[in-house]
Amino acid sequence: MKHYDLVIVGGGPAGLAAAVSARDNGIESILIIERDKELGGILNQCIHNGFGLHTFKEELTGPEYAARIVAQVLERGIEYKLNTMVMDISADKKITAMNREDGMFEVEATAVILAMGCRERSRGALNIPGYRPAGIFSAGTAQRLVNMEGYMPGREVVILGSGDIGLIMARRMTLEGAKVKVVAELMPYSGGLKRNIVQCLDDFNIPLKLSHTVIDIEGKNRVEAVTIAEVGPDRKPIPGTEERYTCDTLLLSCGLIPENELSKSAGVSLNPVTSGPVVNDSLETNIDGIFACGNVLHVHDLVDYVSQEASTAGKNAAAYIKNGSSKDAKIVEILPVDGVRYTVPKYVRPTEMDDTLTVRFRVGAVYKNCSIATYFDDELINRRKRPVMAPGEMEQVILDKKKLGEYPDLSKITIKIEENA
Amino acid sequence: MMYDVAIIGAGVIGSAIARELSRYQVNACVIEREEDVCCGTSKANSAIIHAGFDATPGTLKAKLNVRGNELMEQLSKDLDIPFKRNGSLVVCTKDQDRNGLNALLEKGEKNGVPGLRILEREELIALEPNLSDDVTCALLAPTGGIVCPFHMTMAFAENAYTNGVAFFLNTNVTSINKTDDKFVIKTTHTDTKQPETIEAKVVINAAGVYSDTFNNMVSSHKLHITARKGEYCLLDKDAGAHVSHTIFQLPSKMGKGVLVSPTVHGNLLVGPTAVDVEDKEAVNTTQEGLDSLAGTASLSVKNVPMRQVITSFAGLRAHEDGGDFVIGEAEDVKGFINAAGIESPGLSSAPAIGEMVAEMVRDMLFLQEKADFVPTRKGILHPETLTLEERNQLIKEQPAYGNIICRCEMITEGEILDAIHRPLGARSLDGVKRRTRAGMGRCQAGFCSPRTMEILEREVPMSIYDITKNGVDGAIVIGRNKEI
Repeated sequence: MKHYDLVIVGGGPAGLAAAVSARDNGIESILIIERDKELGGILNQCIHNGFGLHTFKEELTGPEYAARIVAQVLERGIEYKLNTMVMDISADKKITAMNREDGMFEVEATAVILAMGCRERSRGALNIPGYRPAGIFSAGTAQRLVNMEGYMPGREVVILGSGDIGLIMARRMTLEGAKVKVVAELMPYSGGLKRNIVQCLDDFNIPLKLSHTVIDIEGKNRVEAVTIAEVGPDRKPIPGTEERYTCDTLLLSCGLIPENELSKSAGVSLNPVTSGPVVNDSLETNIDGIFACGNVLHVHDLVDYVSQEASTAGKNAAAYIKNGSSKDAKIVEILPVDGVRYTVPKYVRPTEMDDTLTVRFRVGAVYKNCSIATYFDDELINRRKRPVMAPGEMEQVILDKKKLGEYPDLSKITIKIEENA
Repeated sequence: MMYDVAIIGAGVIGSAIARELSRYQVNACVIEREEDVCCGTSKANSAIIHAGFDATPGTLKAKLNVRGNELMEQLSKDLDIPFKRNGSLVVCTKDQDRNGLNALLEKGEKNGVPGLRILEREELIALEPNLSDDVTCALLAPTGGIVCPFHMTMAFAENAYTNGVAFFLNTNVTSINKTDDKFVIKTTHTDTKQPETIEAKVVINAAGVYSDTFNNMVSSHKLHITARKGEYCLLDKDAGAHVSHTIFQLPSKMGKGVLVSPTVHGNLLVGPTAVDVEDKEAVNTTQEGLDSLAGTASLSVKNVPMRQVITSFAGLRAHEDGGDFVIGEAEDVKGFINAAGIESPGLSSAPAIGEMVAEMVRDMLFLQEKADFVPTRKGILHPETLTLEERNQLIKEQPAYGNIICRCEMITEGEILDAIHRPLGARSLDGVKRRTRAGMGRCQAGFCSPRTMEILEREVPMSIYDITKNGVDGAIVIGRNKEI
């Protein structure tokens, strides 16, 4: 069986940045396995701009951003396989994969980085009642049809969910000649970035109806109309608020789910909040030598943060390959409370971590004039004011190794949202 | 076009009849208004092969269910139909009268169902640890089974086709007239509206919820079919092992209850509701229906992980006023054979209905058996069932089997090519889905739709604008960017 020091599952922005970082940290033997026909992942269908402001200090389109990282991979001569599906990962890091040329094959790895990304929540999972005709698409599927293949999925569109892809597709469909009638969002706030609401809806006079959902889909063969209704605080439709929209298309942008079926087969523990692996400061999962980064770990708002996180995973995987793991190190848990839904990572090893550690998370509601507070046990360590926080945007806290070193008996770190006095 | 026999409807009943009839030297055709076989009640039901204890002794339902169940053993081998005798349990809760179970047991024994027995809670919980805490005892029917209704219908239809039966899809029957020695059937093409006439000596009415319409065109013995809607939720394969038997609820004055069952493909199925509807096209799910399922299911099975629902659907059962299947020649129309009112246990009875109706036609037309009848049919090859060596040999010979198209169900391009190019091959996304499961997994075709469309466009070949989800007027894409 062929052996690699590092196998990376997924050749999107996370997998590619992890590969570059691992190579730059001295790992020669790397294999990236990608199921699609090119590297770059979902960025290739994100033809709008707004990528790379943090990483490259300029505004790029998705394919441009992808091209720059792909170039870094090619410059370094890192090995990759396209059109290849990983079928299984075992706890002892044997990877079973398949493609047309090699058939089913196994490779063995010292370390594995999971970078499979995420999938969209489907109409079925949302349990929307009604008929099941053509014309119901997840926003990402519609994006692929329009941006990669040049086909329009419909003329008159209703969008459920205000995730970023839905907002971007509201603008794209409009620019390509369709009429987007309304965007309905179940929650009382948008799930997407503020800038996308302004640039994709407001600029095109597309109404956003918060606290609304689709309660019926009509049409036997093709969508003919959908009915939306306002929902109460229990998120159940309020009778009498129904509005019927004739349309031929319903796009769904109702959340992304990290795609962890392979992680599960390897025995990786998942966090039920993120649906991604539970990791420590080096982004290592509970399985020795299996790391995770990007949207498979938790759904990100900006690809720049994916790149940063993936670089960290690549560097730490390299260290693991060279030095093995430091199992006996003290572990401190980070507790997300009072509005903080989760943190990545969930565990910190004060003696092993880098000089600083970026802890990322999302909040569970819209918060105005609040602060992010960090406690070491019961002691307030840091309090940072945030005028506005929303679930659609990631927040972060930076932990300092030196500071943590001052608390040898620390048992827990708590991160919470507090109102400003 | 003149045929000996014209069968209206390519659901499981029409297809089973066609297959059994194709044993004989007969010129037969099947007329179906949808673009594919298995598009009505046959595609949206509980996917159960009932043991046969439920129907009243002496009825067609009782007789044909037990016979159908018996036939499935050999048929599933001959026609490569995914079928498993997982056994069924009818559970009784502490608020219910256990005499109800005894009555079922007695009926079942009269119907000739083998192996029935009543289990007490202790033994039950060892079998099914997730039964609700209120369950006290249950009737075990070891011959109960689960089946893939799509593959069952297609297996019959493909085998009938291979044995010479013609299929007219997208063909809507608009009238049937009896002349002295034949029936004149007028049709229009669903898409082009092109009219055609098909003539036949014998007409078999297997039109599901519309079987009353066709009977009433020719017979003065009117039938009346009510469409009874059943809504279901299908759960992720992660939940597929929640129960291993099919769990029924003892009927009570609150209704027949719902079943919780593994499917033959490893998902978990919860349903159906039962609501009579006016509209025979109303296969929509409803908020009330879907909302009710979780609560009703919890009466028999605890902690059903409803958060893992991947899709929901509704089917319409054809309930005839008389309550039993209506099978046989219409009294006042010689040569017009009904297979009407086929509601539950219709799927289970289909093999026996096929046999029964084919024998009627044989006796009517004095048919001789065919020497070259092909009794077997191979389903679509699932590479997963092969050893690693076999699989790699296959990929070497046909690289398409190395290319995964549906990542959730791990379906390869090779399987999709097979689905398109086999007898009565797939022409729509749903057609591919029913044959291969591509698009039937947890992402519900988000990933594979564009890829499957590409394959259909190339292989059929067909225009991308003619590729539909489920037939005429259901195109997936409608034009080029900026050109709509």
